[in-house]
Amino acid sequence: MTAVATPDARKAGRWLYVTSVVLLCAWVIVPLYFLLINTLSAPEDVQSYPKAFFPAFDMGSLSFFVTFNGMIDALLNSIMVAGLTMILSIAIGAPAGYALSRFDFRGKELFRLLILLTRAFPLPLLALPLAVMFIRTGLDDTIIGLALVHTTLAIPFAVLITFSLFSGIPMELEEAAWTLGCTRLTAFTKVVLPLILPGIAASAIFAFVISWNEVFAAAVLTIENRTLTAFLLVKLSEAPIHLKFAGGFILVLPALIFIFAVRKYLFAMWGIANR
Amino acid sequence: MNARFLPYVLIAPVTFFLCVFFLYPFVLVANQAFTADGGYTMENFREVVSDWKFPISLQNTLLLAAAVVPVQLALALLMATMVNRMQKGRDLILYVWTIPLGISDLAAGIIWLAIFEQSGFLNSMLDAVGVIDKPANLLTYQNPWIVFLAIALAEIWRATAIMLVILVAGIGLIPKEYYEAAEVFGASKWKQFLRITLPLLRPSLQTALVLRVILAFEIFAVVAALGGTLFPVLMSETYAYQFDLLNSGAAAAMALIILGISIAATLVILRALRVPKGATI
Repeated sequence: MTAVATPDARKAGRWLYVTSVVLLCAWVIVPLYFLLINTLSAPEDVQSYPKAFFPAFDMGSLSFFVTFNGMIDALLNSIMVAGLTMILSIAIGAPAGYALSRFDFRGKELFRLLILLTRAFPLPLLALPLAVMFIRTGLDDTIIGLALVHTTLAIPFAVLITFSLFSGIPMELEEAAWTLGCTRLTAFTKVVLPLILPGIAASAIFAFVISWNEVFAAAVLTIENRTLTAFLLVKLSEAPIHLKFAGGFILVLPALIFIFAVRKYLFAMWGIANR
Repeated sequence: MNARFLPYVLIAPVTFFLCVFFLYPFVLVANQAFTADGGYTMENFREVVSDWKFPISLQNTLLLAAAVVPVQLALALLMATMVNRMQKGRDLILYVWTIPLGISDLAAGIIWLAIFEQSGFLNSMLDAVGVIDKPANLLTYQNPWIVFLAIALAEIWRATAIMLVILVAGIGLIPKEYYEAAEVFGASKWKQFLRITLPLLRPSLQTALVLRVILAFEIFAVVAALGGTLFPVLMSETYAYQFDLLNSGAAAAMALIILGISIAATLVILRALRVPKGATI
């Protein structure tokens, strides 16, 4: 087809292609840029009209955010819950990912079904009965309780991602280590683990962001120890508008870093998880 | 350790964890939905379904999913094919396009609030072009369609990235030879897309659609940020039953209704896009 196309038509096609790529990039970036302008404006400028299209680099809104009662605690809670979720989901999920990639065992299909089932289920809804369960066990309104629920959200991804990572390391490498005198454990720690570590870090970051972004369960399960998302949700109707934007900006910031850190793994991880 | 038992030891923590925090609460929620005053009844379901807000929130949720998901699918397919034939700057473009993947629904709602609020950027832009002379309050009950549009745009902006990632990964798995063969027989790019890419992408399309549709029925924070109580959806009603009305039974019934809709949609998608038995890439 390209052979018959005239140079003019090809040029036009090329132009259309480049324009659409640029437009689609703008579609993603421009709303983020607007949020940045609002965050870096003085509180009174946020409500002014018409808006300036360049940020004023005024720290008024951000310092208001920092000094707003309970906000810093909420931010710390968010970081702790997400950190705990990250550790739990990798510690619990990675062994299962390894088992799925290395062994054929009875019940493997059933296990995979359980994992996929959790992914195809509106999980935040489980926060409702868990709230009751947590009150009975004293886990209600705690960092650990919420982290456990967020781990449930993150675990299917942790298992599937580590499964695809381990599948990328040839079994022969481990077998060679065994013949050279390694036990199963030392072969794992000395040969497989160093190779897999960046990928594990990527899936850990993924777990962090799942927890960091979760709104519904966080709002249901915490009262005093709100996370940032839950805090912002509750304050949506009453908070001054510049507080919302500063909060939104703080929520977005880790996302930019996260996608940058795991960009190499995003596609590999979904490629195998699809099978 | 014996290699026969090792895999079971390795999967035991996940299995235990999911039993306690997934299967058990699921049984609890189902139980609670069917219980009222100590006996098994359908009372909770009757109560939530007969509420005047139920038809509206159901309609809003379904309309939103019907408006958002097809656009996202088309956009993700377009982006994925564009990235696929890109030689320079592929990584950078992919990074930019996948940024919303890490952004929470609440943050996305707030971002689009910055655009649609009364002194927001949309009004400012319209003012700069001279279309309006004073800012209109867009997100009110007088403008239900603008509220709907704002929520839909925020959703499309935020959640297209997850489909894009799944589809890009899927397209990467299709062997290049098929396209070369098609080229030899003179198939146009459009024909190649229709006859090679789409059919071979079916497993990825399944995953992407199932994931997106389920999440579309769970929409909550975007709506809370942009529409507040102007635009009731199923999830916000569930939240209201639990907290404003302190009616856990009704909330559980709502949860099961959302689950039922999700399962029905999943089955329809799996059926519509089923991969013929024995067919592989």
